Amino acid sequence: MTDTPLSLAEADSTLFARLRRWWSGETATPVKRVQFDRPLTPWMFLLPQLAVVAIFFYWPSVQAVTSSFYLEDPFGFGATFVGLDNYTEALTSRGYMSTAAFTAFFCVVVTALSLGLGLLLAVKADKVIRGAETYKTLLISVYAIAPPVAGLIGMMFFDMHMGPFTQIAAWFGHDLRVGIDYWDTATALIVISVWKQIPYNFIFFLSGLQSVPVSVREAALIDAKSGWRRFCDITLPLLAPTAFFLLVINITYTMFDTFPIIDVIVKDKPANNPMTLVYKVYLDGFKGNDIGGSSAQSVILMVVVALLTVLQFRFLERRVHYG
Amino acid sequence: MQKIKPLDHLILILGALFLCVPVVMALMSSTHAAIDIHSNGLYITPGSHGAETYTKVLTSRGGFTGDVTGLLMLTNSMIMGLGFAVGKIVLSMMAAYALVYFRFRFATLIFWAIFATLLLPLEVRIMPSYQVMSELHLLNTYTGLIVPLLASATGTFFFRQFFRSVPDELLEAARIDGAGPVKFFIDVLVPLSRTMMSAIFIIMFIYGWNQYLWPLLMTTDESFFTLMRGIKSILQVWVGSQIPDYNEAFALAVLAMVPPVAVVVIFQRMFIKGLTESDK
Repeated sequence: MTDTPLSLAEADSTLFARLRRWWSGETATPVKRVQFDRPLTPWMFLLPQLAVVAIFFYWPSVQAVTSSFYLEDPFGFGATFVGLDNYTEALTSRGYMSTAAFTAFFCVVVTALSLGLGLLLAVKADKVIRGAETYKTLLISVYAIAPPVAGLIGMMFFDMHMGPFTQIAAWFGHDLRVGIDYWDTATALIVISVWKQIPYNFIFFLSGLQSVPVSVREAALIDAKSGWRRFCDITLPLLAPTAFFLLVINITYTMFDTFPIIDVIVKDKPANNPMTLVYKVYLDGFKGNDIGGSSAQSVILMVVVALLTVLQFRFLERRVHYG
Repeated sequence: MQKIKPLDHLILILGALFLCVPVVMALMSSTHAAIDIHSNGLYITPGSHGAETYTKVLTSRGGFTGDVTGLLMLTNSMIMGLGFAVGKIVLSMMAAYALVYFRFRFATLIFWAIFATLLLPLEVRIMPSYQVMSELHLLNTYTGLIVPLLASATGTFFFRQFFRSVPDELLEAARIDGAGPVKFFIDVLVPLSRTMMSAIFIIMFIYGWNQYLWPLLMTTDESFFTLMRGIKSILQVWVGSQIPDYNEAFALAVLAMVPPVAVVVIFQRMFIKGLTESDK
């Protein structure tokens, strides 16, 4: 590895380059020049992890695929093979499609807002000198708060009797009814999810910014007078790998890690409330006892997630400029 | 260097307020009586009912969750966080060591089998995971709470990257000195990874402590409830009550967030290092 963080060698050591190498199967070449050559010892070291992965990852995953082809009796008296019925039923039902649409919308809005705000704060925190450490600590601390706790605090802020946000909305003549009105609930979910995710993006953008060498910054300062141009022409391209990495993380976060927030706000009452596909898998499986349908939805989600990952590695990365 | 504009500070202050005020208000409101919160809204100043509320939440049985006290939930959360962090480090260091330092058959296949777990989060396979756990009779056990979460390969990925950056000369020197694989691992690699281990420990502790969905599915027996699981229960009790116990809910939220937030603030440098350098 060279000294300048901008060299291609450094760029090549980012997660994406590494992941791309997995995809292309380059890992077949040994990772170390010198390696131990013993037949049994590596298996001894691998055994615990392999056992956990096999029992708690592959077994359930296979089971999800199998039970998605069956219609299970809700009282546990066996199952009937129904082929692709569970899939067609899920994909053609209006409930599923509207949930899928909301999930997509939710992903776009939360990712855009939390990335944008995280970047804005990181750029500003990188600039200031006075109080920099205090800002940093304050902006980072929220990272450690669990999504359900964030949901609980958010729920209080949107509470219909005493929530500050409800009162503010009332000044503007809007009757905010979270948990009852579809878009009010959606707004609350978005605000809480963004709030929870900003610190994460902030940490990564800031460390990305701080790895830009002083020489480049000074050169930029001489070449471009306008701060905005400097940002667009120099900072942004240099941050592209970080931003790309965060994009993947944020989409995964919105799809999966917002589960507790939704659970706390919606509280098992799907009536007329927005939810994500993951939450629907949980509701149909555990509350609706529709094991086949829930499994089919799981498998669809698995395919979506896998496709998303492949797509991102294959196409998005090409547009990223490593400077 | 660059000029500092007041606007920069304004944006940072607004950002810090947006992120921190809700936390401060949760903390302050937990020290007021439920009835005051109900009629006056949330507080930004401390009240006088703090000691009383926290004593009740920590020690009184059946305050809101039936049989379990806040202290027990705190202990369970701690077991979950520590157990997860330690388990993750042990499992993933061993696996990463085998993957990096050994030449053996099926290495590529094993590599893929382990790292494929990064693609599918637990949430997409909750229903079958639950069935597997109930077949193994692991519901309502600490094993059931912790071990299945170790299946994701994040830690293995971190340590694999780290081991690859360790100079080859170390292994050559160790081999000349006659050290076998186990001795090299314990006497050279483990001490060398100390910083990396602490950084990952912090991240994994927070991750384990903050788990919600898995404890929700695994535990019906209240003696295994974690604080996150307690939040779910407190909300379920609310439906029937006249004036909800806002103060107790806030106190529970504070208990649930203080340990991880403290860890992040105290070990800030190491935490950021672990997060950014290992994820890259």
